[in-house]
Parts: sequence; structure tokens; C-alpha cells
Amino acid sequence: MIRLTNVHKWFKDLHVLNGVNLNVHQGEVVVVCGPSGSGKSTLIRTINQLETISEGEIWVDGKNVTDPKTDLNALRAEVGFVFQHFNLYPHLSVLDNITLSPIRVKKMGKAAAEQLAVELLDRVGLAHKKDAFPAQLSGGQQQRVAIARGLAMQPKVMLFDEPTSALDPEMIGEVLQVMRDLAKSGMTMMCVTHEMGFAREVADYVVFVDQGQVVEQAKPEEFFSNPQHERAKQFLRQLRSH
Amino acid sequence: MNYNWDWNIFFKSTGIGDEIYLDWFISGLGWTIALALAAWAIALVIGGLLGVMRTLPNKWLSGLATAYVELFRNVPLLVQLFIWYFVVPDYLPEQTQVWFKQELNPMVSAYISVTLCLGLFTAARVCEQVRTGIQALPKGQANAAMAVGFTLPQVYRHVLLPQAFRVVIPPLTSEFLNVFKNSSVASLIGLMELLAQAKQTAEFSANIFEAFTLATLIYFTLNMSIMKFMGWVEKRVRIPGLMVEGGK
Ligand SMILES: Nc1ncnc2c1ncn2[C@@H]1O[C@H](COP(=O)(O)OP(=O)(O)OP(=O)(O)O)[C@@H](O)[C@H]1O
Ligand SMILES: [Mg+2]
Repeated sequence: MIRLTNVHKWFKDLHVLNGVNLNVHQGEVVVVCGPSGSGKSTLIRTINQLETISEGEIWVDGKNVTDPKTDLNALRAEVGFVFQHFNLYPHLSVLDNITLSPIRVKKMGKAAAEQLAVELLDRVGLAHKKDAFPAQLSGGQQQRVAIARGLAMQPKVMLFDEPTSALDPEMIGEVLQVMRDLAKSGMTMMCVTHEMGFAREVADYVVFVDQGQVVEQAKPEEFFSNPQHERAKQFLRQLRSH
Repeated sequence: MNYNWDWNIFFKSTGIGDEIYLDWFISGLGWTIALALAAWAIALVIGGLLGVMRTLPNKWLSGLATAYVELFRNVPLLVQLFIWYFVVPDYLPEQTQVWFKQELNPMVSAYISVTLCLGLFTAARVCEQVRTGIQALPKGQANAAMAVGFTLPQVYRHVLLPQAFRVVIPPLTSEFLNVFKNSSVASLIGLMELLAQAKQTAEFSANIFEAFTLATLIYFTLNMSIMKFMGWVEKRVRIPGLMVEGGK
């Protein structure tokens, strides 16, 4: 479903991605973790080309993302993205946040889009908030709406960039629950997150990134109980001490 | 000082036809409003477009808009007015030139010159406000919109502009007020707008203070009405749940 081969990325002199190879198959859930500044966000953003790459190839659903002939907008319509800071549209109601792209990009009818939105809101437990505005919601609720907004495009893949790290601790659970349900429903997912419980429960494998390289790739139980590389061990020690 | 206050002056005959001085003020106010509204319409359309252009990734488009702003902001308004009124018409095609200089009512040709001048001058200022409004939005907004497959025009149309519009209402209000104030330069090329009529009343009647007091009151009332109106607009489009200040 997603394949990265030898991906490099420079920001001026900074070598942010250094030969990344990665494969995510249909229905798999992959958790990406690593120290701050290691390139996780850059990595996940290259998959839907919010970030261009300097070298290498990225394939999503059989299409070469980095080929200039590929229709980027059509591709992005099939790849959901959930941001650390939600990025809901503040001037639109919850319902309009969700229906905007199905209506404008997929040319779905308004009634159908609204019905879909209500179903999705129900799925993330926020059906009663459909007429609220983002600023009237808690962080956890906003992130659940953001997930519903991504799902409204009926994507083949969902990408998450630290979806819970901007949340107060008591709201992390509700968002992870939505993501867990999504994973169990068979969605292909790639999540940058440091939530070890989540990774243990639903991840098919964990990818550890450091200094722009995939240092280790293992099943969650192996990675957490018996990391192979010194940098991974150090990272896990630090994570646990928090 | 022995000044003879006479507030009835406005109802007295000017000695020209059966006009009273108040008629002059009304006609002047009419020109001032017609001028300011037309110039503002030009400024909003062109300034809005330029403001968006300045935020585009395309270097040519944003460079063009930047050049415009530099040019129109750095040449004094009066100089621009004289260029539009005295210089530009000489470069019109033969026929248009004759029409503009001889056949057209001089008041109308002055009106056209000032409207263009003030509209294009203010466009540069509107451009900067719109650009600032767009750039003040969090980067994540454009990212979120692009991530669902919106084209660049859709990103602007559905996500950036509706938000920027709300942010720029207060600064645009003060630009609109400036248009009214600046419209008084029209008196320098003979357009009988409000200030020119006040001057003329003062000269004809010798009631200088009354004439300028009335003019001041009218400008003041205009300003207050605009502020009230824009305040109402701002309230109407306010986003529920967000703080009033700055819109975000
Ligand atoms: N637009 C940019 N221009 C220049 N440098 C950038 C840009 N974006 C990121 N970087 C740099 O690239 C490196 C990797 O950034 P990235 O955001 O991918 O890290 P991260 O692993 O997601 O970190 P965090 O855990 O803090 O989110 C950092 O050193 C960062 O400063
Ligand atoms: Mg990051």
C-alpha cells in the first residue's frame, strides 16, 4: 500500500531523511517513533507530498507519488491525514468541517455528505456536537472530529502525526480509543506516536527512526521488551522515565 | 473679535439661481460619497486580488503584486492625482482624448481621474492588509486543506479567505475611513465635493466658521456610520467560541 525506497530529504544542508526504506501493506498498522527532531513528521508528510523529497521513490496504492505526472490532488483525496494540532477549520461548524471535502473534492451531494458526516460523528462519539464550532470543543473532541473529517473522504490509508501529543492527559484515551476501533476495522494506518500501550495493542510493527534513518523495525512486543540498537534502548529508557 | 455667528446661513440664498447654501453641501456630499464608494470598490477588488497574489507560491505573480505596492505606496497621493489628471489623458488614443478633455463635463472627467487615482492608491494599502491577514493564519490550515486534495484555488476559496476576511475587517474599516478623508484631494482639481463646497460657501458668505463646522460634522457623521456598519458586519460574521480580539 505504501512503499518508500531510499528516500532522502535535505532542508538546505540538513539531511533530514537519510535513505529511508519502508513498506506498509494493506490493513497493516505501523507505529513510527523516535526522538524529537529525528524526522518523523517529515517522513509521514512526504507520503502525501505535503513535503517533497530530494531523492528516492514513494509509491502509494500503486501510484508513484513523486512522479510529476501523478495527480497529487486525486492521491491526497485517498490518503487521510490527522495533524498534531487538529487543524479544524475554525470558521465552519463541525458538520461543515466534515462535509467540505466530500462535497468539493468528491462532488458528493450535500445530503449524502451530511448523512455520512453524522454516521462518522456517531462513530467517534460526537453526534451531539454536529452544530458546534471547533473553538467550542475540547482538544480531544476536536481531534476526534479531525479523524472523522479524514474518514469522510473514505481514504485507503490514514496517516497520523502525533495525534495525542497536544492533548491533556485525560483526553488522550478517547482519541486512542477511536484509533483502536479504526485499526480493528481493517484500516491501513501509519501513526507517529509515543503511546506504547496503543502500539502494543494494535501495531503490526514499530518503526524506530533516529537521525533520519530507520534504525529498527520490529513487532511491538519485541521492540519494547528487547530492542536491538543502543539508540532504541536509550530512547525507550527516556520514554519510560517520563 | 467681532464675528457674526449665523447658523441660518445654510438656508439663505447663494445668489445663484434659487439655490441655498445647504444645496451646495448636499451636492458636495453626493460627490464625496459617489467618489469614496467607487474608489473603495476599485480598491477592494484590486487590493484583494493583489493581496492574494502576494501570498502565492508563484514568484512572478507575487513579485508583480509587490512591485505594485511599492510603486503606489511610495509616490505621494497628490502627485499621483496630478499624474492621473494632467498626464495620463495625454496618452489616451486621439478620440478618447478629445472626448475626455472637451466633450465630457469637466466635473465628470475630474471625478473619473480622482476615482481611479484614489482607488488604485488605496488598493496598495488593502493589498497589504489582505496579505497580512492571510499570512497570519496558522500554517496548518493550508496544510489541512491540501491534505484532503483541494486545489490551490479551493484552499483559498474555502479555507484561507473566509478566515482572513474576518481578520481584516478592522484594518479595512480604517482604510475605508481614509478613503473618505483622502477624497478631499479632489477639490484640488476642481471637483466640487464636500470640502470644495464648504470652501466656496465660506468665500461667498463670509461665514467661515459655520461652513467648516457643518463640513466637519458631516465628515464625522459619515465616519461614525461607517464604523457602526462595519462593527455590525464584524459581529455578524464572528466565529462562535473564538475570542473577539484578532479573530483567533
Ligand atoms: N520546513 C523546514 N525547514 C527547515 N528545517 C526543517 C523544516 N521542517 C523540519 N525541519 C528540521 O528537520 C528536522 C526533522 O524535523 P521533524 O519535524 O520531521 O522531526 P520530528 O521527528 O517530527 O520531531 P518532533 O518529535 O519534535 O515532532 C528537525 O531538525 C527540524 O528542525
Ligand atoms: Mg513531529
